[in-house]
Amino acid sequence: MTSATSSTRTRGRFSWRRVPGYAFLSLFALFSIFPLFFMVVSATNTTKDVLASRLLPGTHLVENFMSLFGAQDVGAAMLSSALIAIGTTVLALAVCSVAGYGFEVYHSRGKDIVMAIIMLAMMIPFAAVMIPLFRLFADVGMVNSLFAVIIPAISTPLLILLFRQASRSFPHEIIEAARIDGLRELSIFIRIYAPTMKSTFAAAAVITFMTSWNNFLWPRVILLDNAVQTMPMLIANLTAGYVTDYGVLMLAVLLTSLPTIIVFLVLQRAFAQGITGAIK
Amino acid sequence: MATEAIVTGGKRRLRGSPRNPYQGRKRPWLHTQRRWNLTGWTFLIPAAALIALMSFVPMIQALFLSFQTGRGSRLTWADPFWLNFERMMGDEIFKLTVFNTFFYLIIQVPIMLVLAMILANLLNDPKLKFKAFWRTVIFLPCAVSLVSYSLVFRTLFATDGFVNDTFMALGLMDQPVNWLGGGWTARFVIIIGLLWRWTGYNMIFFLAALQNVDYSTLEAARVDGASSLKTFWFVTVPQLRPMIVLTAIMSINGTLQLFDESWSLTNGGPAYQSMSMSHYLYELSFLKNPNVGYGAAISYVILIMVAVLAFIQMKVGDKRD
Repeated sequence: MTSATSSTRTRGRFSWRRVPGYAFLSLFALFSIFPLFFMVVSATNTTKDVLASRLLPGTHLVENFMSLFGAQDVGAAMLSSALIAIGTTVLALAVCSVAGYGFEVYHSRGKDIVMAIIMLAMMIPFAAVMIPLFRLFADVGMVNSLFAVIIPAISTPLLILLFRQASRSFPHEIIEAARIDGLRELSIFIRIYAPTMKSTFAAAAVITFMTSWNNFLWPRVILLDNAVQTMPMLIANLTAGYVTDYGVLMLAVLLTSLPTIIVFLVLQRAFAQGITGAIK
Repeated sequence: MATEAIVTGGKRRLRGSPRNPYQGRKRPWLHTQRRWNLTGWTFLIPAAALIALMSFVPMIQALFLSFQTGRGSRLTWADPFWLNFERMMGDEIFKLTVFNTFFYLIIQVPIMLVLAMILANLLNDPKLKFKAFWRTVIFLPCAVSLVSYSLVFRTLFATDGFVNDTFMALGLMDQPVNWLGGGWTARFVIIIGLLWRWTGYNMIFFLAALQNVDYSTLEAARVDGASSLKTFWFVTVPQLRPMIVLTAIMSINGTLQLFDESWSLTNGGPAYQSMSMSHYLYELSFLKNPNVGYGAAISYVILIMVAVLAFIQMKVGDKRD
């Protein structure tokens, strides 16, 4: 009996040593999934059933829909959120990818200094800039403007860092070859770098879309008119009344969560690859 | 960074510049060099300018604001100029919010990072079955917005909510606990919520870092008869140190800026007992009768706390054995 055959035999067999690992994973997975399950199930139940801890799908989904859309302008909030999240993602990807690439490919000492300063910005808590930012946007008359939400979120140190790290693994011989072929610098970036760095772009898109869709504090500060409120603002207001309808609340929470969950599930594989590629 | 620069003939060559694309012909060295350098700057400038305008300029403005006083938009220089900071010393609510925030930080961040590391280590096992399933499920909470999950937890922990019902059905409690009505229980609920929301996020970072852990070191430890627990602690964890520092800095930064949970889950209550610093700052600067000077002073204290903690983290992380 060789060791190879014995090891293949043990692989398929049940082993007590694996039990704690699987048990721990199962427990944590249950902890992770339960509130989401509760959210989905409760969206189909009446508030009475939610508080009675009913964990089965109910028949109240349509009624909850009616009362939510009757009481709140969900369509407008969805539109605001979508415009902000998509606008931020597109602009952030364009600005930060070019910056990370430009830093790594046209590396020089001056750029090192600029980069170090940019990285310092990662330490600045948003709370510390919130008041002057509000005054700045108020001065130029951009209170209630969606651009006031988008602009501060475009350039982030984390994304620049992500693209810089990813650019390190990009073979510079390709850039040289493209130059000899007469391609201009920006075309090299758009036609050669961007298509090969899809997973980095996907990871950056997932991060930016989620952060921007879920952002609450800054939109709350700068969007004072309910006509332009975002989904997180809308659901936070649902609990402001005297009586909370938990079925309706859970439906609204579900609607708010669906876009980010879908984006994550669709881009999941590329997201994991992009993060791993950036850390290597 | 400097080590990466390739030096040729005393001149510092740009990375990615061709060895000699003009073979046989005279090459316009300095010209192309300078042009590429300029291209690099134009690529970098939009991002740098935005960060300067949206982070550094407001940060400096906040410093000036912190020495001013007045309600609304009528501001005058404070007299004495440290007035706002003096007021902070005697502000019991501010002290309470600092205590709350640090309580969340000290209890939640270590538990979360240890959990994230254990989970990442389990998921990194090449023999693990259904790997993609575990990873997706554990990361899924991160796709949910902070306000959304806060409201779900608020529902779960309501006095007549699911948690009380379950505990009572299991016979663990005689009567329902008003989780969000007591200071300590409200803080506890926030910590549970934070663990739920962020553990998977940090796990992804550790999982990525584990791809770089030298597998032969783990094999060697196993051959030497180390238990899996010992291998994890003495072989894997030291190699994860840079990632531990990064995740710790991100988590500390995030926790010190905690707002959404404080706002939507407990609304700071009862009586400020679970309110975070950022929540108090928001209340001071934008609600009721705003006092932006005092708010700016508080925001500067938060900034200094983040900077000091990040600095300590980097120093600790830099230490080599």
